[in-house]
Amino acid sequence: MSKTTIIQPPKRFISLVSWSELWAYRDLLMFLTWRDIKARYAQSVLGIGWAVIQPLFQMLVFTLVLGKMAGIPSDGAPYAIFAFVGLLPWTFFANALTGSSGSLIANAGMLNKIYFPRLVMPLSATIAKMMDFVIASLILIFLLIFYQKLPSIYVLYAPLLILILFMTAVGIGCFLTALAIQYRDIQYAMGFGVQLAMYASPVVYSSTLVPLEWRGLYAMNPMVGVIEGFRSIFLNTIEFPLTWVLQGFVVSVILFICGILFFASRERVFADVA
Amino acid sequence: MSPREESSLAIKVETLSKAYRIGESRTKQDTLTASFLRFLSYPFRQFRAIGKLNTYSSAESQSNTIWALKGVSFEVKKGDVIGIIGHNGAGKSTLLKILSRITDPTEGCVQINGRVASLLEVGTGFHPELTGRENVFLNGTILGMRKSEVSRKLDEIIEFSGCAQLIDTPLKRYSSGMKVRLAFSVAAHLNPEILIIDEVLAVGDLEFQRKCIEKMNSVASNGRTVLFVSHNLSLVKSLCHRSIILERGRASSLLETEAAITQFMRSLQANKMEDVHDSEFIKKVRVKVSDAPKRDIYTGDCVDIELELMIPKDAKSFSIVGGVMNHYNTKIFTIGMSLDPKLGEHSIGGDRTAVCQIENFNVSSGRYRIALVLSVDNQDVERLENAHFFDVHESNFHRCRVSEPPGVVQCRQSWKIV
Repeated sequence: MSKTTIIQPPKRFISLVSWSELWAYRDLLMFLTWRDIKARYAQSVLGIGWAVIQPLFQMLVFTLVLGKMAGIPSDGAPYAIFAFVGLLPWTFFANALTGSSGSLIANAGMLNKIYFPRLVMPLSATIAKMMDFVIASLILIFLLIFYQKLPSIYVLYAPLLILILFMTAVGIGCFLTALAIQYRDIQYAMGFGVQLAMYASPVVYSSTLVPLEWRGLYAMNPMVGVIEGFRSIFLNTIEFPLTWVLQGFVVSVILFICGILFFASRERVFADVA
Repeated sequence: MSPREESSLAIKVETLSKAYRIGESRTKQDTLTASFLRFLSYPFRQFRAIGKLNTYSSAESQSNTIWALKGVSFEVKKGDVIGIIGHNGAGKSTLLKILSRITDPTEGCVQINGRVASLLEVGTGFHPELTGRENVFLNGTILGMRKSEVSRKLDEIIEFSGCAQLIDTPLKRYSSGMKVRLAFSVAAHLNPEILIIDEVLAVGDLEFQRKCIEKMNSVASNGRTVLFVSHNLSLVKSLCHRSIILERGRASSLLETEAAITQFMRSLQANKMEDVHDSEFIKKVRVKVSDAPKRDIYTGDCVDIELELMIPKDAKSFSIVGGVMNHYNTKIFTIGMSLDPKLGEHSIGGDRTAVCQIENFNVSSGRYRIALVLSVDNQDVERLENAHFFDVHESNFHRCRVSEPPGVVQCRQSWKIV
């Protein structure tokens, strides 16, 4: 029995994601991710080494300027590794947003020539950045050995933290991608928007600097739970911030669902507005 | 319609329409204040304009929407090979885009039974930094194949492309012809029930084009449903059983390809039947049969092509070269003469009539045109691309009627059974 497809004008504002279709295109997701990774580092001397260089140099600069010169407190951990544990997830998050929001525009030619579940594009861009995250994590292991730090038992929460990170990146990424294909302003705003957002997350400072009465609102940013969670696990800075993590998890699930639903409802017009 | 008939359909298109928004003409401001206010409100207007790019509401003024397709309906049976022909901007690409789910229709509905692969372009998603092999996998999965499916056909694909030597080299080192060959090879190994193809065959060298057409033919004869859009009418003719003409967003009914092409050519040349008039040296061109000027002649007629010429007074020689073209713009044969009296002083200038007698005008039915070049003293003085149009009709030239298309020319033949 062959399958029947009905093509009609879009009826409802909200449309759902066809997961079965996305599953059928999983090989495409894999190859697009592979293309992203390979093409990015092709014909460069350091190749994938660049994934390490960005957070590493940022760590050096922040340690020098904020750690040594400004003397920002780092909850008892050496500032260098304190900053690196923040920069590691943040670099992934920032690159994933930039990568996915540009993915459709960069592949506008493909949008106009062939049908595939459009969600594959921002997803593959995000997963490709996950690769950098994994590579840069190796540096963290070196730093942990160097500073002789042992992860606490809360390391069991690490997969949850990574899930929060990924869902937030995909959710916001999908939202921005769907907007960026129609309003190119998004692309221009990405650069400094991401930079501003960095200061709304405890990347280069500690959440303990945030006034107590604002912390509940502050932790609505899922990155707070993720970064402070990692710091607690690896650096033993503060008690594991379970409330922040759970709060971040709820927010990230909402972001993930809303982002993907928004993307799905805009998906059908991409070819017309690209 | 009974369920049985329904299931024998591959594609059913019902009153399909697609509206596009076109740019609004801008009103110019003539005061400084007005220009400044306009400048300030630019982001708001822009926001509204971009937001409306993809919407259509019938309540709005129709002035800035165009209908790329309007009320198109047709049905394609399983195993049919259908051509879609039309001018540029007739809506062919829009139709294909809707059928391949790239864009949504504004109105109407399409029902497709079976797995569709659409080739609106070859080599979609190719990346110059990846090797040929990686690009085959990437392109294959973009076209909807599974990885295992590509792996299985990989050798065949590489073999067909003729790029085996370079398959592990980055694509950017390939010549453009090789890229296209690799791309087509992937596409050719798709195995869908319904194939939608835009003009992708005009690629590669002659040898590769021949291979492509062979492959297309085998796909078509394998009982698969094919929708084929092309400007190459002879290709449509050789591949497609039946065709649809699109004209300004409206579709004709399904016609036999031969009839569709003839109808299309007529609409194309409806206003072109007029011969060139304002020519200086070639005053008139006529086609005569038994001394009577004719626009309609029959295959096998004895035809005179008569040219009224005005040769300059001091001309010492002149020649005429020309051709008879069919409606695919293929030159069927050349006509030509040269007059070189070698008398030196004796001028041949003045009004002359040249008659070219063609014993058996053995060309098949269709519209033809005569193109002419007149040279005087070895200098081209006049070139007429549309010197004259005429129609040739089928006669009972053949003793037996064969169902095959007659071909470009017909030879008088006699048979002996021994």
